[in-house]
Amino acid sequence: METMPTKTKEKKSEAEPTRRSFFNILWIGLGLVALAEFIAVAFAFLRPRKSKAPGENTDLIITAGAVERFTPNSVTAFVRGKFYLARLEDGGFLALSRTCTHLGCTLPWMEKEMKFACPCHGSAFDITGNVIDAPAPRALDIYPITIENKMIKVDTRKPIKRSAFRVEQVTYPKKKV
Amino acid sequence: MQENSVMPDRLSLLQRICYSIFPGTLQRPKYREGYGSFFNTLVLHFRPRSVQERTLRFTLTWGLGGMAVVLVCMLFATGLMLKFIYQPVPDRAYESIIHLQNNMLFGQLIRNIHHWSGNILLIIVFFHFLRVFFTGAFHSPRQFNWIIGLAMFLAVLTSNITGYLLPWDQLAFWAITICTGMLEYLPGIGNWLQKLVRGGSDIGAATLSIFFAIHTAVIPACLLILMPFHFWRVRKAGGLVVPRAPDEDPSSRGDSVPSIPNLILRELVVAVMLIAVIMVAAVIFNAPLGAKANPGLSPNPTKAPWYFAGIQELLLHFHPLFALFIIPVLMLIALVSIPYFNYQTETAGVWFASHRGRRMAAVAALVAIIFTPIGIVADEFVIDFAAWMPGLSAVVSNGILPAAFVLAGIIAFYWLVNKKYAATNNESIQSIFVLFVVAFIILTITGIWFRGRGMALMWPWEY
Repeated sequence: METMPTKTKEKKSEAEPTRRSFFNILWIGLGLVALAEFIAVAFAFLRPRKSKAPGENTDLIITAGAVERFTPNSVTAFVRGKFYLARLEDGGFLALSRTCTHLGCTLPWMEKEMKFACPCHGSAFDITGNVIDAPAPRALDIYPITIENKMIKVDTRKPIKRSAFRVEQVTYPKKKV
Repeated sequence: MQENSVMPDRLSLLQRICYSIFPGTLQRPKYREGYGSFFNTLVLHFRPRSVQERTLRFTLTWGLGGMAVVLVCMLFATGLMLKFIYQPVPDRAYESIIHLQNNMLFGQLIRNIHHWSGNILLIIVFFHFLRVFFTGAFHSPRQFNWIIGLAMFLAVLTSNITGYLLPWDQLAFWAITICTGMLEYLPGIGNWLQKLVRGGSDIGAATLSIFFAIHTAVIPACLLILMPFHFWRVRKAGGLVVPRAPDEDPSSRGDSVPSIPNLILRELVVAVMLIAVIMVAAVIFNAPLGAKANPGLSPNPTKAPWYFAGIQELLLHFHPLFALFIIPVLMLIALVSIPYFNYQTETAGVWFASHRGRRMAAVAALVAIIFTPIGIVADEFVIDFAAWMPGLSAVVSNGILPAAFVLAGIIAFYWLVNKKYAATNNESIQSIFVLFVVAFIILTITGIWFRGRGMALMWPWEY
């Protein structure tokens, strides 16, 4: 075994890189890489992901019922699907998320006042999900609707964010021929 | 065998076991006081051998740091006991709390002690923070200890929030829904961070197990590292800041006295009294427990935990981007940079920096007490930029405009006070600090007691 170099020797070699200083830097660099790897692993481990259990996804497509069941200008709650099915005055359908866009409270539908009123911070939304009262910053999220054979199906897998109500978001049942 | 030692062969089994644990006490009879000195030397591993006599004054520390330590110890002890019973799964969590309260001997009491210790700890560390600021105990060489203290404050806050969810009742579920809902407004990383904290898009089983892990492992580990670090820095700074009158020479130091019994006795008295208070509170007041969490029904009103009531109140007046991000981040930056400003005078150890500092602090408190409620009421009933200027976006009408008004008010206050008192920057910075702290306390009080159904402004007895 060689003896450790004395301090004076090290000082001499300060100007130019020696094998020792090269290895020191290499070790520190490798250590940092290892640390970064561990942090990346930790984040990848903790990152939430969707469960891919079979059958679960089809569960999230909810058959709401026949078109005639819903009178125009009414709102029906679907507890299992966590959404409201709103039928507008012109007969079109909107599936609205029941979650307030402000801080995530669950909205009750006020039948008399014809609005969703948030119990947490007083936001209110109309039947199309548009904001009537602040502090909510944007309209309620919607879910895609398909109407086949007069049966309404709502896909609750992924809510669609929107800033305000637009006519294109409404799904209309096919007119009778 | 040495002359002074006891002959081991004459000892009973019990005595031999005893001496094997405390070998120092074997040396009899010359060191007969052995037991006492043994515990003294043990204590002196943790506490200094001697302290400045003037730092012992109760009106310097108010025993706040010691109280925080006692509370953390009680939280560790009771938390450990709760951990044997509690089950961090949505279907079992609430039931395990009910089981704890109804079927376990002293179960309710243990939970009460844990609940009250946790809440009181938050208040105590807040007062400790004020004490350190107002006695100027953040100047060099204590600068970095201020930062460690802030870090521990955040740790205690996180511990309270994560613990809030664990009972899985309506109170817990919706308070945490709101708190984690706030994260969504952080620009850029908001959605990602919210999903990370909740373990998914909604609050559910993943959220509960994440919060449980943070509450019972991450935060205790952080505190176990940060607390000794904090105390070590106090020792390295030569003990506590020495209190002095405003006109006294900073370099004058009084006598040193031995810690035992002068310091230790005082600490024990504070600890015993605090434990007594907590026990009485835990016997009289039960920790709240609502109905089991129901994701389909938000109670009205749904409020954040009381320590977030100030931020929630801010949220009613400012756009979320301001209330949850810009204002808190600016406050945090200001707090972290407090010890690193260039100060004009040496004020460590003087309550409120000087005579003038005291007057200015009182004026700032008065201004905050008058103008914060006026601002809250005016914004509730009169001011509505969004309606007056419908063309503007919400960020401008609810964020930039009100923030600009508040900022203008603060600048006007700063300018007026500086002009009137010709203050040093120690005193000016202190007066701004007082303004913010008092305003924040008033916002918190409003959020806790003056907000009723639909978060409308009302008197506490109206709902």
